[in-house]
Amino acid sequence: MAEIVLDKVTKRYPDGALAVSEMEIEIADGEFVILVGPSGCGKSTALNMIAGLEDISSGELRIDGSRANEKAPKDRDIAMVFQSYALYPHMSVRENMAFPLRLAKVADATVRSKVEEAAEILDLTQHLDRKPSNLSGGQRQRVAMGRAIVRSPKAFLMDEPLSNLDAKLRGQMRTSVSKLQRQLGTTTVYVTHDQTEAMTLGDRVVVLRGGIVQQIGSPQFLYDHPANLFVAGFIGSPSMNFVPATLEDGTLKSPLGTIPLTDRVRRLAEAADAPREVVAGIRPEHFEDAALLDDAHRHGGVSFSATVDVLESMGAEKYAYFSLEEDLATTAELEELAADAGAGDVPGGGSAVVARLAASSEAREGSPLDVWFDPDRIQLFDPAKGTNLTYSA
Amino acid sequence: MAIGGAVTPGRKAKWAIIDIIVVVYALVPVLWIVSLSFKTKDTLADGNFIPRDWTLQNYADIFATDEFIRPLINSLGISIIATLIAVVLGMMAAYAIARLDFPGKKALVGVSLLIAMFPQISLVTPLFNIERELGLFDTWPGLILPYITFALPLAIYTLSAFFREIPWELEKAAKMDGATPGQAFWKVIAPLAAPGVFTTAILVFIFCWNDFLFAISLTSTEASRTVPAALSFFTGTSQFEDPTGTISAAAVVITIPIILFVLFFQRRIVAGLTSGAVKG
Ligand SMILES: Nc1ncnc2c1ncn2[C@@H]1O[C@H](COP(=O)(O)OP(=O)(O)O)[C@@H](O)[C@H]1O
Ligand SMILES: [Mg+2]
Repeated sequence: MAEIVLDKVTKRYPDGALAVSEMEIEIADGEFVILVGPSGCGKSTALNMIAGLEDISSGELRIDGSRANEKAPKDRDIAMVFQSYALYPHMSVRENMAFPLRLAKVADATVRSKVEEAAEILDLTQHLDRKPSNLSGGQRQRVAMGRAIVRSPKAFLMDEPLSNLDAKLRGQMRTSVSKLQRQLGTTTVYVTHDQTEAMTLGDRVVVLRGGIVQQIGSPQFLYDHPANLFVAGFIGSPSMNFVPATLEDGTLKSPLGTIPLTDRVRRLAEAADAPREVVAGIRPEHFEDAALLDDAHRHGGVSFSATVDVLESMGAEKYAYFSLEEDLATTAELEELAADAGAGDVPGGGSAVVARLAASSEAREGSPLDVWFDPDRIQLFDPAKGTNLTYSA
Repeated sequence: MAIGGAVTPGRKAKWAIIDIIVVVYALVPVLWIVSLSFKTKDTLADGNFIPRDWTLQNYADIFATDEFIRPLINSLGISIIATLIAVVLGMMAAYAIARLDFPGKKALVGVSLLIAMFPQISLVTPLFNIERELGLFDTWPGLILPYITFALPLAIYTLSAFFREIPWELEKAAKMDGATPGQAFWKVIAPLAAPGVFTTAILVFIFCWNDFLFAISLTSTEASRTVPAALSFFTGTSQFEDPTGTISAAAVVITIPIILFVLFFQRRIVAGLTSGAVKG
């Protein structure tokens, strides 16, 4: 059990690359914290500094209140699960899991019972005498977890532990990791670039970009109140739609039509001293097929009409992609996000607006569709600085 | 194991012929020496591949005198000690080169390359003089030291190739599991590098065992003369007698430790030991 505090922790590699810049996080005892961000944003570096595998260039790392910068990894009593699992190939599963205990000079009988207990929890009992090379990916992953939990360390660090598994197994393991952490109640720092894992696993999520912490908060809070364009675009799947817009006389002129600002949005934008040109963001799930709504409901919002380019039916819901006359908003943050997601994978290209519609919608590809949304759901961003102009904590 | 195509009888025959040519080319001189070692003095020069007159006299002769037994002991002792030291030092150096970034790393690699390229003959005279001054001439250390020097580049190169193959993360994992750097090296890295260590040991041993140049130049008596040097001092029982038979017998005998050494270590060179460490 441990409380981990990063106080302005910075990492500059010998080649001059600034991987992590003044990171400030306070992780409470027993908390499950996720570090999330696109690849190369410094997640592994941050984790390795907590582990002691990388030196801290400046700032202070405190574990249970005492400075740990200079402590060797073995003296920190922290276990780590690696993306590659890093199992010792010359040892059996049992020996792999027993290794930390043997190094700690634990008595044989205790080693035996602890390993068997961990194997029980992870459903590895029948594989204890096999070599890692004879195991499936999911089994190897569980051995790596087992090696971490046997010695009941102060904290777990996990660096993209599920990213080598196929989608189905990843989903299952996600649930087990979450259950295991709750069961053990051990402080955990979990690194991932997958926003689904970030949303579903952690008590709190830390979003990183280029070595700088963008925002820290509970998954729901980040979803509802992103601090900037980057967080808004990163959290949520499919991601938020961004269109360029102009603030004019209490309305918002945008490719989605002229949108009247609600009092709440106007007040926030004024307080934030919003510029005239802004980026308007709206999540796919805040759109609806206008034909499905009753009149009263419809009048509470705004509608626009567009031609559906691609329609994906997921059974429980439908995703409609349409392109607008004008280009979508582009800023450095959004380009980085698009590059990270591989914009080419998105149906209809990167420049389409996505709407999530109810399954009962009769939208068809190639036909025009009336799309409705609630203007109060709109979030406005500063195109230059990326800050959320409608942010309210 | 045919690459790019099915194994047809034609292909098989072609490979069989090539194999036979290679094996014959490599083995005929060896077998010829074996054959000579079993021939009597009278039939030595008869040109027959299979001796008409079998004898073990040549073997009995070489083991009857100190002329062969002392050098055999010297050879074994000097080669084993030099191999051990060179492999242990080589492991440490190779590990540092493969894993660490330290000032002067390029220089270290460069210098060891330089040593490997240096013509050994040019060092014989200086070494001779230095060793005479230091009292190392005609002693075991007098040969062990130059052997280590010339074997180290070989050892470092071979071993660093093996170390580079071992996933870095295994060592990080060991550290996280509570190992000191030393424990991580000896419990995780070294066992995985074992095939490389044994391969290197074989190569270094063969180099030391077969060396003639240093052995003949830096020794003068049976105190440290090794077998390759001793062979050149073989004579018959009288100066008119041809020592071919005994030299052949000695050549056969000194090949045996190498064969044993290779066979002994080969079983430990298990390929693919690192598979299953990461991903899969
Ligand atoms: N050993 C290193 N030397 C120099 N730069 C490095 C090193 N390791 C990582 N970096 C750089 O630091 C940044 C962060 O890397 P990393 O922490 O591995 O990112 P992530 O885990 O988020 O993908 C990257 O820009 C990467 O190029
Ligand atoms: Mg990483």
